Amino acid sequence: MLMRIVLPVVVLIAIVLPLVTSGWDAFLTLVWAKALPVLGIILLLQAGQVSFGHAMFFATGAYTAGFVIRAIPGGEIVIALAAAIGASVVAGLLVGVFVVRYRYIFFAMFNLAFSMVFFSLLEKFIHITGGSDGLSIPRPEVLGQAMERSEYEFVLYYLALALLVICLYGVHRFLDSPLGHTLKAIKTNETRIEYLGLSPRRVLLIAYIISAFLAGLGGALVAVFQGIATPEYAYWVRSGEFVFVAILGGTGNVFGALAGSFVFEYIRVTATAYVGDTWQLTLGLVLLVIILFAPSGLVGVINDIRGYLKKDPVASGHNKRPAGKTEKQRGEEQ
Amino acid sequence: MKSVSIAALGLAALLPFQAVAQDKPEEINIGITTFTSGPASVFGVPGQEAARMLAENLNEAGGIQGVPVSLSFIDEGAGAETLTTEYRRLVQDENVDVMFASISSGNCINIAPLAEDLEMLNILWDCGTQRIFEEADYRYNFRTQANATPEMLAPLLYLLKNNPDFETIAVVNQDYAWGRDSWELFSTALKQLKPDVEVVGEFFPSFGASDYSAEISRLLATQPDVILSTSWGGDLDTFVRQANQRGLFNNSQFVLPLVESSLERLGSDLPDGVIVGGRGDHYFLHPEYKDGEELQDFVAQYRERTGDYPIYPAFHMAQAFAALEAAYDKAIEANDGAWPDREQLVDAMEGLEYRGHGRPLTIREDNQAIEAQLIGTTKHVDGYDFPIIDNMMIFDGADLMPPVGENSIEWIETLDESFVEEVSADEYQHEE
Amino acid sequence: MSLQILVLTVLDGIAYGSLVFLVAVGLTLVFGVMRILNVAHGSFYALGAYAAASLGLVLSAWGISAWFAYPLFIVAAVAVGVSVGGLMERFILRRIYVREEYLQLLVTFAIFMILDNVQRLVWGVQPYFYTEPLSLMGNVTIVGIPYTAYQIIFLPLVALFILFGLRWFLRKTLAGSLIVAVTEDREAATAIGINARKVFFLTFIIGTTLASLGGALDSPTTSVLPGMGADMIVLSFAVAATAGLGQIGGAAIAALLIGLGRSSAVFFMPELEVVVPYLIMVIVLLFRPEGLFGKTTARKI
Repeated sequence: MLMRIVLPVVVLIAIVLPLVTSGWDAFLTLVWAKALPVLGIILLLQAGQVSFGHAMFFATGAYTAGFVIRAIPGGEIVIALAAAIGASVVAGLLVGVFVVRYRYIFFAMFNLAFSMVFFSLLEKFIHITGGSDGLSIPRPEVLGQAMERSEYEFVLYYLALALLVICLYGVHRFLDSPLGHTLKAIKTNETRIEYLGLSPRRVLLIAYIISAFLAGLGGALVAVFQGIATPEYAYWVRSGEFVFVAILGGTGNVFGALAGSFVFEYIRVTATAYVGDTWQLTLGLVLLVIILFAPSGLVGVINDIRGYLKKDPVASGHNKRPAGKTEKQRGEEQ
Repeated sequence: MKSVSIAALGLAALLPFQAVAQDKPEEINIGITTFTSGPASVFGVPGQEAARMLAENLNEAGGIQGVPVSLSFIDEGAGAETLTTEYRRLVQDENVDVMFASISSGNCINIAPLAEDLEMLNILWDCGTQRIFEEADYRYNFRTQANATPEMLAPLLYLLKNNPDFETIAVVNQDYAWGRDSWELFSTALKQLKPDVEVVGEFFPSFGASDYSAEISRLLATQPDVILSTSWGGDLDTFVRQANQRGLFNNSQFVLPLVESSLERLGSDLPDGVIVGGRGDHYFLHPEYKDGEELQDFVAQYRERTGDYPIYPAFHMAQAFAALEAAYDKAIEANDGAWPDREQLVDAMEGLEYRGHGRPLTIREDNQAIEAQLIGTTKHVDGYDFPIIDNMMIFDGADLMPPVGENSIEWIETLDESFVEEVSADEYQHEE
Repeated sequence: MSLQILVLTVLDGIAYGSLVFLVAVGLTLVFGVMRILNVAHGSFYALGAYAAASLGLVLSAWGISAWFAYPLFIVAAVAVGVSVGGLMERFILRRIYVREEYLQLLVTFAIFMILDNVQRLVWGVQPYFYTEPLSLMGNVTIVGIPYTAYQIIFLPLVALFILFGLRWFLRKTLAGSLIVAVTEDREAATAIGINARKVFFLTFIIGTTLASLGGALDSPTTSVLPGMGADMIVLSFAVAATAGLGQIGGAAIAALLIGLGRSSAVFFMPELEVVVPYLIMVIVLLFRPEGLFGKTTARKI
């Protein structure tokens, strides 16, 4: 339903918007780009795993794009994005081989550890990466065309939108495939997969590499749009943000990545503009309310509004702690 | 605000396309990026307070050429993407007339090309990296204070003029761009001006480190003659206090080029005899101006608002305001008394002469201001419960900067030992 | 000379490790019992530091001896831990115990953001500093190098006291036994009538109090300023994960390991200092995913 009706409508609006209004383009370009890593997080969440280190792939993509553009005279955005994808896939494979052995909190922690080492290295190798000031990225050419900022940003808007739509659709299809179903089974009963003669680790590794690719592509897009890549791209707070946005949007559906990304960025920008000194507080409160009162995220809210009393995949979670459930029931009885 | 711009649009549509004298706007909107969250808010909030105070004073006096100013702030602590998004919003939707950005060098590097493309007059009001105008040519970006090169050369020259007999040096800097870059400038210059000095320790504890015990133990064991730290804020306070507690000041000469911003907080924890600076000639007891009404009023008013003496970010903000006022005056004069458009205002910024609360400043042709540097030595005196600056030397900024278009490091590498004698400084003692 | 360096490295490692342990132990205790990784733990560290520094400055202003600061630190830590921690558990965490781990993690992340901001609104942005307790104890000279008695003797002693006190509490008292029972097997514990809610509440308050005690004890040695909680939380995670989540004795050893790693880096490879805690964590987790002392969790079938 979402994929068939809402998404095309949203995409149509997104395509028309820059042609009729101004002032939204820059904001939305970042929304499209930052929805990609969130999509990767949602993919891993299907297997019940959450990574608190995906900012490392975001930064990998960003810095790779930056290095490539600086290395080629004039720079070429297509080559830069391709290189960023390649680098983040390789990084995803290297890190993934280690982390897919772990589950739940260990998986989250291990990703965090890797990303913090990576963050420190980006700050350390100042002569290569520019240290904490970051790596300046000159405006690249687009298919050999040098552009002014306004046309470049116009192109980037549609490029990011197109890539996002392709990725949303791709991940959606992937989750419907046998592989995707196996991935979801890791969350419910991993041992059963082994009895079926499949390797949960291998399935998770594939998902992990896809999520790293999505994060890397998002990072590369943000970097070429901003004209800079900084170590902060790899910091744990950013990783936390990706997970946050995934929950905010709703993890039951790939569409949550887009909805969450839009709302999160909107709140942040609006809060910074109008409640300057309390933007963190505002953001924190909004997110708290979402988690406490709308556990299936914005997409869930949309679904509820549309009269779908879909069983909520988060609230009814296959809790690994039956005791917790009795706790809850007891609470209800009292 | 919106109605004004719509009215302006309507007006523009009615007029034939030619240069026309603009009407005076209802107000001049200034957008300011500063840290109101995170560790750098120790600079950001004083800067913000100073901006509000300056704007109020300006408006009480009738504004700039009769036009009042209004301020909008962006928190640099909100992250790079939010910062640029907000920056665009102020420029494109709110139609600000001028932007002051920013404190962080990383943010300056990030914003300068954006401002250039948006054709927005952008005043780099506090950041220090010398790379900005050495690595790119800008029309719309101007820095209204010195950069890291003179800010590092001045304390080094002071050291070489006053305590030239040292053989070893160690550095403890924050592990981020400023800490690294400032050490590169300082150490490169030291190698040229006093080649026989040995560097016996290079420590770069993480930004925001809460503990320097291990570094201090190591320094106590190696006993370098000189210890340099260009750290600032809470990091510097912690380092100084822990070092003082363990007697590190007893046998090493400390050089702290940014400690002017921590003097009042450190109080008696900062002993006498430490070489100190404040990124320019920013000092509430500036020997050449302390008896003048302007500085006295500024200090008194700032203290009334915040309870503290003004520190260099507040002075930097005053310089940005002074430059803007001077630019409007100059542009209006050049425009035969009519209100200037933005391009005319930008033209006026080039070669501008103005004054904050220190010596007069000039903006050179690479859009970089030349600013004097005040360095001195701490001393506790009656009347202040924190050390004041004594044995002051004020250097002329022009002597400490590479010629326009040259890279600082490359220029420093052409200097030799005679440079110490060549550069002169005016000397002052603290007077009660 | 080299022997001196070795001694200094060990001393600095102990001093730093003690402090990190004080903060990390609460995090690991809470995780062990409640299976919640509390990101807001770093905020409690910061709140404790702010509260202690503010109280200390009040003492100075009234001309009261700084010896009173020590009991005040405990008062400040308990006040922050019980009030803020209690409210957080009662009104927010209690609603999410039946949710997935990562959601709980995120809720605490949101609280971390909120508390960080609240801190700034209450205390502003200028660094606070209250050093009298540190100066009072004076210096001790070891191998010719002056150390502050506070950092080299007092803090490690407090850390040891907390470590053994906590172990005694968990093993020898009724409340402690209840906590252990819930940790070992929540279902069985609930079945025999233990009120898991109360146990959780108690545990969480102990955890947050320990975090703010760490902050209070740290306040004489460092600047209390915005953003101090963020670094501490990652460091505490590193300690807890290296030891194995929920391992209290292990956390002490891991904290010492990270402290020694950091001081060795300062003495022998200054460039590595910043990366050391995370490197140790990665290396340990590569070989022992459950941490040095962690138990492997049984797989459900």
